[in-house]
Amino acid sequence: MIPEIGHFALVLALVVMIVQAVIPQIGAATGRQGWMKVADMAAMTQVLLVGIAFAALMTAYIQSDFSVLNVAENSHTAKPLLYKITGVWANHEGSLLLWIFILAIYGAAVAVFGDNLPPTLKARVLAVQATVGVGFLLFILATSNPFIRLDPAPLQGNGLNPLLQDPGLAFHPPFLYLGYVGLSIAFSFSIAALIEGRVDPAWARWVRPWTLTAWIFLTIGIGIGSYWAYYELGWGGWWFWDPVENASFMPWLAATALLHSAIVVEKRDALKNWTILLAILAFSLSLLGTFIVRSGVLNSVHAFASDPTRGFFILLFLASVVGGALFLYALRAPGMKLGGVFAPISREGALVLNNLLLVAAAATVLIGTLYPLFLDALTGEKVSVGPPFYNATFVPLIAPLLATLSVGPMLPWKRGDLAGALSRLKAVFAIAFLGAVLTLWLAADVTPLSILGIVLGLWLVFGALAEFADRIKLFAIPLEKSVNRARGLPKSAWGMTLAHVGVGVMVLGITISDTWQDEVLTSARPGDTLQVAGYDLEFQKIGTVPGPNYQALQATFRVTRDGELVTMLYPSVRTFTNPPMQTTEAAIRPTLLGDIYLALGEPDGDGAYAFRLYYKPFVIWIWLGGLFMAIGGLVSLADRRHRIGAPVRRRARPAPGAAE
Amino acid sequence: MSEGEGMAKAPVSTLRRVVLAAIPVLIFVVLAAFLLRGLDLNPKEIPSVMIDKPVPEFSLPPLPRRDDKGLSTADLKQGQVALVNVFASWCVACRAEHPILMDLKERGIVAIHGMDYKDKPEDGQRWLEDLGDPYDLVGNDLSGRVGIDWGVYGVPETFLVSGDGRILCKQIGPITPKILRNKILPAIEAAKAGRKVTC
Repeated sequence: MIPEIGHFALVLALVVMIVQAVIPQIGAATGRQGWMKVADMAAMTQVLLVGIAFAALMTAYIQSDFSVLNVAENSHTAKPLLYKITGVWANHEGSLLLWIFILAIYGAAVAVFGDNLPPTLKARVLAVQATVGVGFLLFILATSNPFIRLDPAPLQGNGLNPLLQDPGLAFHPPFLYLGYVGLSIAFSFSIAALIEGRVDPAWARWVRPWTLTAWIFLTIGIGIGSYWAYYELGWGGWWFWDPVENASFMPWLAATALLHSAIVVEKRDALKNWTILLAILAFSLSLLGTFIVRSGVLNSVHAFASDPTRGFFILLFLASVVGGALFLYALRAPGMKLGGVFAPISREGALVLNNLLLVAAAATVLIGTLYPLFLDALTGEKVSVGPPFYNATFVPLIAPLLATLSVGPMLPWKRGDLAGALSRLKAVFAIAFLGAVLTLWLAADVTPLSILGIVLGLWLVFGALAEFADRIKLFAIPLEKSVNRARGLPKSAWGMTLAHVGVGVMVLGITISDTWQDEVLTSARPGDTLQVAGYDLEFQKIGTVPGPNYQALQATFRVTRDGELVTMLYPSVRTFTNPPMQTTEAAIRPTLLGDIYLALGEPDGDGAYAFRLYYKPFVIWIWLGGLFMAIGGLVSLADRRHRIGAPVRRRARPAPGAAE
Repeated sequence: MSEGEGMAKAPVSTLRRVVLAAIPVLIFVVLAAFLLRGLDLNPKEIPSVMIDKPVPEFSLPPLPRRDDKGLSTADLKQGQVALVNVFASWCVACRAEHPILMDLKERGIVAIHGMDYKDKPEDGQRWLEDLGDPYDLVGNDLSGRVGIDWGVYGVPETFLVSGDGRILCKQIGPITPKILRNKILPAIEAAKAGRKVTC
């Protein structure tokens, strides 16, 4: 019964979506208040209906109701409760339901918090949002219904892919989806603006916080995913340029560009068409990501549910939404009013450069991701594109972006003085140079890329700090006054500094862990001692440990340094029966200065086992940097000016010169 | 910005703005065309690894209550075109595929052998007793060892084997009515007629 309620709620949601997509749009075009108001009610009703459907599916999972095909295919009674719940979105149908649920939540949020929006804009935004929703709901109901019954019901379910039975991956999809779908708001605002035919700073003040919200979720989602790859796949790698990783990275790059260009629209009323295009691109890349993962067009370990029929539907949907949006852009953008002018050397100019490089980087990733498809379609040849491609293309685009990142915030709006900005960065330049010298000194076989990474990392961290120090006039005025100035700075300034420091911390983490990594690939039997980076790892024993739905083969290691006990490590391999599969659980001792990483491999049949042992200095800084970025985003989001009501007050003030 | 908007000098002509604004949608059309083509291609297809190779040397024990001797290489070299279907009692997709195999058996156009993959013999036996038994010979591959030699990486998978024991064609994932019609049946026909099998 419960699954039928869920199914019914979903059908009702579709009806409400159609109403929300059509009526407010007509209302806005003809100026009928009542018709426009329909959008609010519809958005609220919808979140309730989709919520009921989502709750129904979750109930079926918690109760292990195997008469529901989706549950039978993806769950198992022996699975821990946490993974029964997260199993809801660890499969195709359920993850789409989560997608539409989040879309409905965002829509309702605009309905609730959007009181200060011009009524026609609000009605149009919600109508566009619902148009996207109609497509997704049709897709779910027509090709991917999670509520289909199975008769006769099997006694036991198929189980969830053990790789996905992990806390990291359990919460990775919701964060990613909150990011992907969050970009739909910027998209809807852009389409609404194109329909209205105008964009003003108030528009940007609305788009910015929503984009920022989506960006924070994307950042966290990608971070969790990459940390999962680090400890679960057993190779100590954290980014594989896998199509599905790229699918989340491309919208992130576009959203990062959008965040920055929206600042220019808000402060300077320029770059309007470009910002609209970026918003369309960012969401299109999210949809493309969904298409790539769900259609089976590209091979990937992640494509756990792919089906060409579904692929065709998603492509049709993608073509209507993205194609339609870009077509509308082609029609309307030339007629949009142009905004303020600026010199190439200025804050705006720096942000334009940032945008160009980010978009070019996203395009590179897109080409790398789709190249196997292009080649297969044209010649029938099968290839895969790996890290060498990205090292050769992505790095040369990102390096200049990072190099200019410290300079941009030092430039004033409209017209800047490059020499002046650079002279204020003299000390930072010296630090980076020192870093390069130290790298040459310390690293045994140093590559140009290592030096570049160290230099850029230091340049970013200290550049961001220098900009902040400059702003609070540190050392130029008494310390007390500087602290007061820091307190008075807008939250968005704090957020920017944190996020930019985060980028530097991440670059340092990537470079240092790669340059000074220690790697031992060996086989050992109980009693042996392995050594890495000054640590002794004594292999004490190995044995079987039962888990809730698996058997683990677990080794025990005693880690000492100069005879002092440091920690115990328990690397293991889990063997699941439903479905039959093994997963590696690496044992990691993370510290700020470096991780000891130990993964258990195959037995040699003679009492010895293969081990992969790494010492990865500063590797945790990679995710620490990501965390800084996300926190920076949060702090910036807390800025008073982004809050409801504040924009109205701010509009009265003249555009400030160097604020932000 | 790509419209030159904002940049101090560049006064932009209307025509140029129109052309620039149309570029994104044109790029997208090309991209969509490739994606459409991509739907018909299968990136998971591993072309030439097992196809046209003789079946690996193997010998699998029978299920407990079937009166056959299991399945081995020799059984596939009897001069008769055959399907080898990899299944398991724990596999839900196999359940979906099962009626199609039953139907195919009824039509009697090809011998179907089963490989019960990573499954306890008792479970596989019970599965066939409950749902019906479409197979001529069935071998139990408890450890999955033989499956590795065959290049199996998921169930269900189905191989078309020629009379002299060569793998002609491979289907990954459940056989649907459409796949049966468009891929499997034509391949069987071609194999029986001694024509070149493409699939």
